[in-house]
Amino acid sequence: MNIKQFSKILIANRGEIACRVIRTARKMGIRTVAVYSDADRDALHVAMADEAVHIGGAPSRESYLLFDRVIDAAKKTGAEAIHPGYGFLSENAAFCRACKENNIVFIGPPVGAIEAMGSKSAAKQIMEKAQVPLVPGYHGEDQSRDILKKASDDMGYPVLLKAAAGGGGKGMRQVWKESEFDEALAAAKREAMNGFGDDHMLVEKYLTQPRHVEIQVFCDQHGNGVYLFERDCSVQRRHQKVIEEAPAPGMTEELRAAMGDAALRAAQAIDYVGAGTVEFLLDVDGAFYFMEMNTRLQVEHPVTEMISGQDLVEWQLRVAAGEPLPLAQDQLRLNGHAFEARIYAEDPDNDFLPVTGTLSFLQPPDVSDHVRVDTGVRQGDDVSVFYDPMIAKLIVWDENRDKALQRLTKALSEYRISGMTTNIDFLYNLANSAPFREAQLDTGFIDKHHSVIFHDEPQDIKQNLPLAALYLVLQQAQAAQQRAALSLDATSPWNATNAWRVNEPHLHHFSLRFHDSEFSVAVEQHTIHSTPTAGTRYSIRVGGNTVVAEGRIDGNTLHANIDGYQFSASVAEHVDPAGNHYSLYTQNSALSFALVTPDLGDAGDDSGSGGLTAPMNGTMVTLLVEAGSTVSKGDALLVMEAMKMEHTIRAPADGVVEAFFFQAGELVDGGAELVKFAVAEDA
Amino acid sequence: MSIIKTKINTRATEFIDNTGHMQTQVNDLRDKLETIKLGGGEKSRERHVSRGKLLPRERVNALLDPGSPFLELSQLAAYEVYPDDVPAAGIITGIGRVNGQECVIVTNDATVKGGTYYPLTVKKHIRAQTIAQENNLPCIYLVDSGGANLPNQDEVFPDREHFGRIFFNQANMSARNIPQIAVVMGSCTAGGAYVPAMADESIIVKEQGTIFLAGPPLVKAATGEVVSAEELGGAEVHTRISGVADHLAQNDHHALQLARQSIGRLNRVKPIQSDVAEVAEPLYDSQEIYGIIPKDSRQPYDVREVIARVVDGSEFDEFKAQYGTTLVCGFARIYGYPVGIVANNGILFGESAQKGAHFIELCGQRKIPLVFLQNITGFMVGKQYEHDGIAKHGAKMVTAVASVQVPKFTILIGGSFGAGNYGMCGRAYDPRFMFMWPNARISVMGGEQAAGVLAQVKRDQKTKAGEDWSAEAEAEFKQPIIDTYERQGHPYFASARLWDDGVIDPADTRMVLGLSISASLNKEIEDTKFGVFRM
Repeated sequence: MNIKQFSKILIANRGEIACRVIRTARKMGIRTVAVYSDADRDALHVAMADEAVHIGGAPSRESYLLFDRVIDAAKKTGAEAIHPGYGFLSENAAFCRACKENNIVFIGPPVGAIEAMGSKSAAKQIMEKAQVPLVPGYHGEDQSRDILKKASDDMGYPVLLKAAAGGGGKGMRQVWKESEFDEALAAAKREAMNGFGDDHMLVEKYLTQPRHVEIQVFCDQHGNGVYLFERDCSVQRRHQKVIEEAPAPGMTEELRAAMGDAALRAAQAIDYVGAGTVEFLLDVDGAFYFMEMNTRLQVEHPVTEMISGQDLVEWQLRVAAGEPLPLAQDQLRLNGHAFEARIYAEDPDNDFLPVTGTLSFLQPPDVSDHVRVDTGVRQGDDVSVFYDPMIAKLIVWDENRDKALQRLTKALSEYRISGMTTNIDFLYNLANSAPFREAQLDTGFIDKHHSVIFHDEPQDIKQNLPLAALYLVLQQAQAAQQRAALSLDATSPWNATNAWRVNEPHLHHFSLRFHDSEFSVAVEQHTIHSTPTAGTRYSIRVGGNTVVAEGRIDGNTLHANIDGYQFSASVAEHVDPAGNHYSLYTQNSALSFALVTPDLGDAGDDSGSGGLTAPMNGTMVTLLVEAGSTVSKGDALLVMEAMKMEHTIRAPADGVVEAFFFQAGELVDGGAELVKFAVAEDA
Repeated sequence: MSIIKTKINTRATEFIDNTGHMQTQVNDLRDKLETIKLGGGEKSRERHVSRGKLLPRERVNALLDPGSPFLELSQLAAYEVYPDDVPAAGIITGIGRVNGQECVIVTNDATVKGGTYYPLTVKKHIRAQTIAQENNLPCIYLVDSGGANLPNQDEVFPDREHFGRIFFNQANMSARNIPQIAVVMGSCTAGGAYVPAMADESIIVKEQGTIFLAGPPLVKAATGEVVSAEELGGAEVHTRISGVADHLAQNDHHALQLARQSIGRLNRVKPIQSDVAEVAEPLYDSQEIYGIIPKDSRQPYDVREVIARVVDGSEFDEFKAQYGTTLVCGFARIYGYPVGIVANNGILFGESAQKGAHFIELCGQRKIPLVFLQNITGFMVGKQYEHDGIAKHGAKMVTAVASVQVPKFTILIGGSFGAGNYGMCGRAYDPRFMFMWPNARISVMGGEQAAGVLAQVKRDQKTKAGEDWSAEAEAEFKQPIIDTYERQGHPYFASARLWDDGVIDPADTRMVLGLSISASLNKEIEDTKFGVFRM
């Protein structure tokens, strides 16, 4: 079989997917060439590849998106084929064509297939012909506002505005009522123009409880095609996937076959070759509608690999080399259940806003047959403003969904990342939530189950605060003990952390931050020397509640006894220049909290203009009002783009916008003052 | 090591009675302190807080390492001394850990009479400095004071141990590399201005701290110049223009953080020279001391029962156990530190005094800190004892106590009467720390004895004059004397005047001693040269 395998390929990508491709290539004995930008000089994918070529500046439009440079790199190194990964050039028809013109194999579909699917409206027409079911919508060429508006009104709200050239949630807006239409259209067009240089819009009926179920298809150059089952990617935030799983819960053999056949029809309708994904919306009644086809390897392909036992990158490399598909449909077996959780540098408590920073500590869970970690970063690497803030993909497998879910939560609780806020705790809470355990999936899952995921209900807080307080007490005591042991005065009672006082209760006071609120904690320590009740107990008063607790910290495990209930939780400490914070993973939830450091007067200086500084590095997109305008509290002042998402900065109070410090198109550093704002006198 | 075997029965009626009696006294102490701890009235506290300032105890807490113990001193200072109520004499002093260092902290309480210095405020401030000096502990002054209390100037300003001594001490401690850090968190007027000015490093809080020799009213009176406090001597002035202060703090928390930072840069190492062992908690509950101390102070009890509840593992190696048995001497450990313990177990005889002197000599030689558990009605009196030279034997013990250079710690666990006070390291013998239990009494002799002596003199006079004196009349004569002695001998009276460093819960004795001993070891123990022992 192995007749014309490539001897060297170039990977036109970075991060985890570049590393992922290199691993398989290496396994197959294929040499690899990486490309890199200024920011990635020391990146993992560069270190892993046999050769690496510098292709430009840190912003992707100066490097990873410049296909001339990529092709030059391939020619220079003698790479016979280019694997585009996902994102960047992976669905760029011009690049695909350029590869062909330079006699380099593009590891992906033919140009025609990319073009066919590249325009969503054209794709829908093809699908309609191939009898693939479609969601009601407007896919016309006439892009006037009134036509789009009328189509929306006719369909009935909610509707979804989508960039025809888009993907990944960019250039996409839900419109819940007529009055929101114009603002949403403007934003969607702007994002589409920025992201894809094309602001053509589609309008679709927005299904309120749909699931996102996608079929992995694979076709070779000999006319064979198979589907490798489905993935359920319903759990999304900002239209981006968070946790994916395969198979889809509740999937029947009949429905799987129907969807698989439809997906293959879709692929064959465009003479597809290689790995592709046909995304469907699955309605509660079992009806499914074609959404789009992604003509590349998906981020979430590992869940398919886990349940099918196949290496999809290996399939890609073989098919691109002209081999027939390794297996036929009836040879494929679905085995067990897999999840993928995407670990992002982002702040779930702040609308999932991406964050940047240096991975000062990075310790993934132990990898095994059940746990797989696909990552492109190492401890010490930066998550920069230039690229996607995904740190890793955590993939788990077990023989059924319940067991796999248990693997997932355990692995999440063992994931240690310091240096930036991540969504690990959020993922843990999500994976542990009853609706997720019960697979009540739809694309509105996170919003719908917000309180059970975020555990911000008063009773959750009341229950969890003492545990957080207990941890901090024990942690301080342990730290003091360790310091004492290293000192020359190890036995001194001054080493105690019991806040001992003369003739008054020994109350140790501190504050902890939990769910963006500060809670003051008073702890009284009682040490009992006589057996059998010997030990140290704490009366912890927090949030109007007093508990009697004891416990100990044993490595990463907190053993707690709170009012007689004994349990344990695993703990992650995140070292942060702004003050360490902690995550406690109990059986039910992840608690994130921090010891509050006192206000040293440096914060609060800009309280009057709070929120008028750039939340992170990014680009000014547009100024929405004139300098000198009088605005009301909450009015949108400007739009910034950072991490490929738009952020609207609003007036913090009634007042006057005195000046803008950046014009549209300018790069903005995180923390930079954006607006000079004067709060109205009587505000 | 031999372990003290307790002989008490916690179910005995006596034990239960005693416990109740001590509990009442401890409760009374705690109740009084609960009020004192609040400082000035509610209004002045509210005013203080409304200015964005932390209350003095909050300042102390924020300055200390998280959860650090704080060995507060003289909480009862000025208690019922002045016509005005001056809780804790308007100043909080104590020892706590700051950035890993045991430090003396002196904090003005501006909610009490504007933090002005009453005579006892001065005494308490100077006592804290003395502790710092004797134990080589850095000083942190959290200043928020209007200076000397003008109506009381005669008892505050002129004398050797008055206001000026504070700055004398600062200079001399600084000279011995005992760091002096001042944090100006409020006004610092007149004499008070010298606290930051004399400090090694000073920190001042923006828009709160002011330092000037004369405030705006006095300036106006003297020269006619009209100037605001901030312009005259605010934080900006002193950190930018005058250089009187070194660091500008944004607020109280920031100032305390800067103070912690500066303590972290002192480059000091605690010179522990002792043979320290692992800590073992006593085998018996310290709370049981309540039941051990007889309700009737004249009743004897075995002081070893107390020792067993203070020392590590209740282990006590007694010295000369069979000789001079009214004084118990022996070696033990407290929080791992070796100590010599000298404890009264009855009246002092010549033998016990000689044994005490011998034991103190041993500890001086070996550089072992000494703990005195004082419960003494005095030396034995009477012809036989005078002839046996009780005075010279007593003198030997007093000489030994006076000249031994190891750190000494005195706890008044019962009576402290007469020359017994000297031999057992009373205040005049410079114990590094001295604390009283609530049941303790201190006076030149017991009230009964004093009244008896005075009545005897009176009776002699009356007899000489041929007058009759009825038993009722004598009782009437004696009662006020007994009452006065009782009042003046009470720990609150003593502590209010700083005859000690505080009244403590007997159950806390071990912790108080542990903290005190550990603090004292910041100073190297010097060689002892004893005075002449009269043989």
